[in-house]
Amino acid sequence: MTAVILGVVVGAFAPVITWIERKQSAVMQDRIGANRADIGGITILGLLHPLADVIKLLSKEDVVPTGANRVLHLIAPVIAAVPAIIAYGVIPFGSTYVFGGETISLVVANPDWGFLYIFVIGSIATYGTVIAGWASNNNWSLLGSLRASAQMISYEVTMGLSVVGCFLVYETLKLTDMATAQDTTFRVFGFVEVLFGGELPWWVSQFAVLPQWGIFLQPLGFLMFLTCIMAENKRPPFDLPESESELVAGYFTEYSGMRFGLFFMSEFIEVVVIAGLITTVFLGGWAVPFLSQEWIVDRVGNGFGAFAGFGDGFANGFCMLVHFATFLVKVVAVIWLQMALRWTLPRFRYDQVMDLCWKVMLPLSLVNIFVTAALVLLLGE
Amino acid sequence: MEISAVLFYVFAGLAVISALAMVLNVRNTVAAAMSLVVTMVSIGGIFVLLDAYLVAALQIMVYGGAIVVLFLFVVMLLNLRTDDFPPVGLRLAKLGGGLLVVVVVSAIPRLLGGVFPEIPAAPTGYGGYRALGIALYTDYVLLVEMVSLLLLAAIVGALILAKRKID
Repeated sequence: MTAVILGVVVGAFAPVITWIERKQSAVMQDRIGANRADIGGITILGLLHPLADVIKLLSKEDVVPTGANRVLHLIAPVIAAVPAIIAYGVIPFGSTYVFGGETISLVVANPDWGFLYIFVIGSIATYGTVIAGWASNNNWSLLGSLRASAQMISYEVTMGLSVVGCFLVYETLKLTDMATAQDTTFRVFGFVEVLFGGELPWWVSQFAVLPQWGIFLQPLGFLMFLTCIMAENKRPPFDLPESESELVAGYFTEYSGMRFGLFFMSEFIEVVVIAGLITTVFLGGWAVPFLSQEWIVDRVGNGFGAFAGFGDGFANGFCMLVHFATFLVKVVAVIWLQMALRWTLPRFRYDQVMDLCWKVMLPLSLVNIFVTAALVLLLGE
Repeated sequence: MEISAVLFYVFAGLAVISALAMVLNVRNTVAAAMSLVVTMVSIGGIFVLLDAYLVAALQIMVYGGAIVVLFLFVVMLLNLRTDDFPPVGLRLAKLGGGLLVVVVVSAIPRLLGGVFPEIPAAPTGYGGYRALGIALYTDYVLLVEMVSLLLLAAIVGALILAKRKID
């Protein structure tokens, strides 16, 4: 059931994101933006463009170049798109709610090793790109996929190390547990009391309070994870595999029609996956800042709900809607951040991308793990 | 049949077929490497059926993902074509392979006829990252450190060898 709902929501998300990207780039570049596609003069702010795209892509000829490996050329877009779609499976978009005797959990699959699942999917996703470039019998494509494989393998290592700090803090790999652990607050200067003894003035411990989100506990980890996962997605400023000014279109130069569309879509679907993942690990997931689930259910159930005669089911349902809306707002915010970065930063040079990964972020992530582990040991939660 | 039994045969069949495809595709290196990926992923699936989730994840991540991508990287850099390969003339290897197939196939009826012992249920947390991590960093910490030293030496050695060529 949840899987079906998620499928529909996600399916609707990707075309809308192409529209968001067009509009946002237009705003950032002081243009009017996508506003031409119309049905009988009605444009709905350019929202018909995704529809026009799909009709165009579906009606184009599907070309396989001469001398290309036919089978691999045809399945490469599928290998690229499937991991992007199934990665949603483990991202929780709500907490667990009790209705009468039934418990509803707003996540499709919830394995103990949830985060490893993301890494597994990510490592398989590389093949779509690599195979696409090789099977096209085109030197531009081959160069693009060589770059892609090197870049994705390198950043996968750093991506893994940059979230180890979060695993240490939350003491779990399960994404639902990570989100639940962030549904509370912590005292920003609490560590001073533990390390040096003594007590802080009441106004410090009373007001210097933040939601216990990954971004506050692991700021460095957040920045590195964002960078790595954007590099994994191969969008600008990390779009060296497809850099159109030097490699035509890189690994998908020889693709047309809906097979090109699949590469295009998988990139946008990954944008949403990334947003969901960052929200869950670093931005508190579905949690409303300063208002925990217990608090919401208690207030609505015993306050307003009891007064109106609805009771617990209503309180839980209300809480579910609030959490889902919160999650959606955060996801949209992270998508916006990604788009803003994409239209702000110029493309890196290839050696700069590799240097950033191996010489800057890898040592930094190791330092981050060391410091986090030491602090977790010293503070004992 | 139980769903896990069905899945086991699906994954096992996939693993065998794709392994065969890899060996038979020896001239088309990229197709062979992709078959190897399918083998690795199906073995990962079998590990999941055995409740060894961490091993399954590592199997797909490290073997299915990283290592084969590196193979592909090298293959694509060399840009081998089918006619770059010499004709296969390993008569002894073929003979040995044929013998091995005979042995395995003749063992199948015995395996199918046998009675499998009842397997006790795995304790909770078995095969998880927690159990494995604790085992690695308490009981086997010396071995872990030794392996990491060995890997470090290998990396440094590879760098030195590569540098010498450039200089």
